[in-house]
Amino acid sequence: MPTKIEKDSVTGTETTGHEWDGIKELNSPLPRWWLYVMYACIVWSVAYWFIFPAIPWIDGYTRGLLGYNQRDALEQQLAAARERQAVLRDGIDKASLQEIRNDAQLLQFAVAGGGIAFADNCAGCHGLGGAGQRGGYPSLADDAWIWGGTLDAIHTTLQHGIRWDDADTRWSEMPGFGELGILTEAEISDVADYALSLSGSAGNAAAIARGAEVFEFQCAACHGDQGTGMEDVGAPNLADRIWLYGGEREQIVAQIAQPEHGVMPGWSGRLDPAAIKMLTVYVHTLGGGQ
Amino acid sequence: MKWHKAIETRSVLMLVLILITVSIGGIVEIVPLFTIESTIEKVEGVRPYTPLEQVGRNIYIREGCYNCHSQMLRAFRDEVERYGHYSLAAESMYDHPFQWGSKRTGPDLARVGGKYSNEWHVAHLIDPQQLVQGSIMPQYPFLADAEIRTDDIVDHLRALRLVGVPYSDEMMDEAAADMTAQADPFGDHGGLQARYPKAAVGDLDGDPTRLTEMDALVAYLQILGRMVDFADYDTPDLRQ
Repeated sequence: MPTKIEKDSVTGTETTGHEWDGIKELNSPLPRWWLYVMYACIVWSVAYWFIFPAIPWIDGYTRGLLGYNQRDALEQQLAAARERQAVLRDGIDKASLQEIRNDAQLLQFAVAGGGIAFADNCAGCHGLGGAGQRGGYPSLADDAWIWGGTLDAIHTTLQHGIRWDDADTRWSEMPGFGELGILTEAEISDVADYALSLSGSAGNAAAIARGAEVFEFQCAACHGDQGTGMEDVGAPNLADRIWLYGGEREQIVAQIAQPEHGVMPGWSGRLDPAAIKMLTVYVHTLGGGQ
Repeated sequence: MKWHKAIETRSVLMLVLILITVSIGGIVEIVPLFTIESTIEKVEGVRPYTPLEQVGRNIYIREGCYNCHSQMLRAFRDEVERYGHYSLAAESMYDHPFQWGSKRTGPDLARVGGKYSNEWHVAHLIDPQQLVQGSIMPQYPFLADAEIRTDDIVDHLRALRLVGVPYSDEMMDEAAADMTAQADPFGDHGGLQARYPKAAVGDLDGDPTRLTEMDALVAYLQILGRMVDFADYDTPDLRQ
């Protein structure tokens, strides 16, 4: 209990008057400005309680005088952003892909927006700028298109994917000529030589001739008589020196014996239709659009 | 000062006052939990994880994926524009523990399901830098070699049922079979899909002969954020 408030002789500060076995406590209160800031914070927090949603209650929570709701606020922000882009977005919605491609302003908007969507959603597989990646992720910046490089074909692929869980996805699978026992190892080896020769690689002439015969019966139906591919069934061109799963001889043999098949996700439902159109146009402008 | 003396010299009074003070603190912490039902939005589609997804989830936690990846999209325009619909409380109601957070060394994964192919996930988990230049994610090639067991899955589900995840008796009975079937490209997926709609099935890790941790993790990643069909709901429907 405070008994004797006195001035400490060493520091010149008053004591609190408490004394325990001769030990005294200096009375050095908190700075006044600090104290007032703390009081102001308390007042602020009480006001905040009333104005904003704050306290969990029996049937929910106190909603606050302003009725602020973060999800409603988000919806307003999104609507405002859409409003600012309304002219261009309407343009994208209404115009056909070809019209967007031909309209300088819409094209600029589509390429800018499509580029952003591409970086987040597509670059993981197709690489930055659509350069493609090893392991079956095709380049989108060259002239080779597996399922077609027209605006409509790209649009379809983007919407429904390839070999994807979507009713309208496009699907084809090359038979595993080795694993299913359709061709012998020697025949597969010959066909690989022939496939390599299609793009001008030199090889054993006899093997190539034998491979050509096998190719005609087993492969030409999809890859074409000249091995130039068929976009309707997603059969790649074999004569362009572009190899999805590697152009080494053993890689080609492996792909004939036990093929890998790429999967592309479909984006309708995940991205809005305007974004998919913008992506289509963006991809089309990357270099190889037909 | 008068009060100090009055309280400090009467131990029973002091005890009662201490109890009152402590219980106020307790009430403030506990009462909000009683109202948790009202914060869970009424949406269709959220289901317990399949046994394989649940194992994948355990691996996700074991490997500390949550240290870099959150699973919570906040109601901010930048997040919604990039990742998709903001996360609902309902979407993590069967998560024990939930994987929310806001520290993102890597991207948020709340809506990663269906964004990439299974093959991509496998290649990316084995060597992220091969597919994403500049990525600092560690490599997890060992997942593809680690086989998982199915004999203890029922115990996992039983434990989860104890804390409120509605695994039915049928789900428990079929747990081990469902686990194998989900990663088997030639398996019978009818029952599995009926019990757990939208589950990713097939040869998830590229090796149909074995059931590996890679299968489980891919199955888990592919369901994230896909259970609720947001085309069916507007903002007022999602009011808490």
